[in-house]
Amino acid sequence: MELTRSYRHLILTELIVPIVLLTIGIYGGLMQVLFRAGVLHYDPLLRLLISTLGNLFGVEALKNIDWQSSIMYYWGLTLHGVINAIVLTTFFAVAFGNAVVPYFLRLPLNTRIGWLSAILMLIGVLLAAFAMFTGQASVLYTFYPPLKAHPTFYLGAALLIIGSWVGAANWIPLYRRWRREHPGEKIPLAVMGMFATFIIWFIATLSVAVEVLFLLLPWSLGWTETVDVPLARALFWFFGHPLVYFWLLPAYVMYYTMLPKVAGGKLFSDAAGRLVFVMFILFSIPVGAHHQFADPGIGTQWKWVHTFLTYAVALPSLITAFTVAASLEYAGRQRGARGLFGWMVRLPYFDRERWLFSYWIAGLIIFIFGGISGIVNASYNLNLAVHNTSWIPGHFHLTVGSPVLLAVLGMSLFLVSQLSGKGVRLKSLVVAMPYLWLVGVLIFSFGMMRGGLQGMPRRTYLGAGALNPDMQGTVFFRADWAPYAEIAMVGGIIMFIAALLYFVAFFSTLFARRTQEATVEFPVAEVYHDEPVRALNRLAPWVVAAVVLIIVSYTPVLYDVVRSSFKPAPAYVPEYNVPEKQLQETSRQEQPLGQ
Amino acid sequence: MERTERVVIGLGTVVMVLFFIAIFVLATGFGIDVPGCVTEMKPFERDTLFQTGDKRYELHVIARMWAYQMPPVEIPAGSVVDIYLTSGDVVHGFHIDYTNVNLMAVPGTVTYARARFPQPGEYPIICHEYCGIGHQQMMGVVRVVQP
Repeated sequence: MELTRSYRHLILTELIVPIVLLTIGIYGGLMQVLFRAGVLHYDPLLRLLISTLGNLFGVEALKNIDWQSSIMYYWGLTLHGVINAIVLTTFFAVAFGNAVVPYFLRLPLNTRIGWLSAILMLIGVLLAAFAMFTGQASVLYTFYPPLKAHPTFYLGAALLIIGSWVGAANWIPLYRRWRREHPGEKIPLAVMGMFATFIIWFIATLSVAVEVLFLLLPWSLGWTETVDVPLARALFWFFGHPLVYFWLLPAYVMYYTMLPKVAGGKLFSDAAGRLVFVMFILFSIPVGAHHQFADPGIGTQWKWVHTFLTYAVALPSLITAFTVAASLEYAGRQRGARGLFGWMVRLPYFDRERWLFSYWIAGLIIFIFGGISGIVNASYNLNLAVHNTSWIPGHFHLTVGSPVLLAVLGMSLFLVSQLSGKGVRLKSLVVAMPYLWLVGVLIFSFGMMRGGLQGMPRRTYLGAGALNPDMQGTVFFRADWAPYAEIAMVGGIIMFIAALLYFVAFFSTLFARRTQEATVEFPVAEVYHDEPVRALNRLAPWVVAAVVLIIVSYTPVLYDVVRSSFKPAPAYVPEYNVPEKQLQETSRQEQPLGQ
Repeated sequence: MERTERVVIGLGTVVMVLFFIAIFVLATGFGIDVPGCVTEMKPFERDTLFQTGDKRYELHVIARMWAYQMPPVEIPAGSVVDIYLTSGDVVHGFHIDYTNVNLMAVPGTVTYARARFPQPGEYPIICHEYCGIGHQQMMGVVRVVQP
């Protein structure tokens, strides 16, 4: 298939923009572990950079920033969360789909609609970036009201989401044409996976679109005075859990359809892959209340229902663990392994010509711990021991922060190299990176999770709070947390170094000279067990079933939330402990008349 | 599907069912339960500590940016405290260390948990939800003394 210039540049843009932003997001992560452990109380590098800029251009506002302010921690944490978990993942999913769907269907993408989608997402990111960088949206990536952000933050989020919808809608005509031209055939598994990803994303984001467009945006613009906080939280978490699967499923597509090939084997079972994607469509959404076990306003009986369904959505990941391991075992045996476990050592862990393998296998090893800790979080009353403690970020750096991130980084480098016709540079660094990340993230997450069991909170600038030496001698000083914050810091520094290796290799490749024809050529795994399962061929009936399940599981939750909510809340900004409106009135009064 | 595959799916299901039974027993048999939907109580306006009986207390807390302002909680070991929690402004957390009390203070609603303090000691209360610039300083304490 011939690649047009427009098509190549579309995918390259969608891949390179988030990787550039990720440099900021990852740097933010380094700062957080240092701030939390109390090693740094301001960011000296950023201060140097910004005040130099302020002096160069004579901008007073840049010279007068209070670098010691606690808000700087939350400012950086917001950037870290939004860039890494929302911007990177959404751009990548669209870019990956734009490559996967046309490749496997052998049909050209409509690049005009593709660009419309990319431009919407870019405008969205610029708007939200404006709000975040200028410190007007330090509300973290969950943006819980009544902490209020600048309207461009909400508008930007909405445009990013709408842009991703347009991107995925662009694949539907290809799908229909392929169906017409191949009656009775199974849709390629990778394409089915990408459609599953975006079906889940579409249903889930409907809810956050309602939250943003009807509750938060009008409120942030000052058109409405107050906002119903419990309702906003329920709408957010309707979106918040399927978001996790939106992050994960593109990686699953790689694990099923590409990893076995790169490992030198075959996909153990095609039907298992299809079953898994269908189960995710069914169960990934009606489980959101498991993020709200500690929340008021939702009856315990509905929390039980969501727990049950969460256990159901654990199954497809257990199946995946088996299928991927079986595929890798087959690969190992093809490569000459003997005995029960010999295949484990025969895999191409450090093969520079199969460097993608290292990104997948390191992610999968980490995911074992990510999956187990996730089941703890979702286990109803066990959640009381870990809710909002640093256990939670410890957990999700083992899921989205490792298997997903590594799959995204590996595939981004792979596609950028192919689409720009430049061979991957510095392959030794490229291969070493995932294993260094593995070491770093396991140390980091051990510190966070173990500290969390001791009550150490997440999203908290501990260096200025419970780990502030000034507090020593009071009950509020938590010497018992200090070692865990420090272990997390060591892990975080190693993760940062691993990410630096990646960035060096990525940008060296990007700025290298063109050495080959631009192409898109995925490693496509053959299938070991291929059997037709007719029920898994069509997605529509499963989508209908999912909608029914969502209605059944979420109607009582929303009913409870509404009836337990007595009074909507006015807007607050993070810097003041009075409502924003009152703040504006006092500042008006303070201004002398006639000025 | 392969036989091994069917076995694995079956085993996975069995494991999840066992987990479910375990947490159900924990909730019903041991009384470790998550907060539910409170509709009989509207958000209150004052922080108060009532003594409702011998070693029985009721604590009303309004979490505010960036401190807990309830009266000092100093109670004898073996006390049972019914905690009602709301927020006076934004969303806050309320986690009493070394107990199963882990709540969210959400403006407009009331939440409830029962805390037991069999051992004397100082039990820190941590705000574990980001609530603005002073969030890291939002802490409290329950002092449990020898009766």
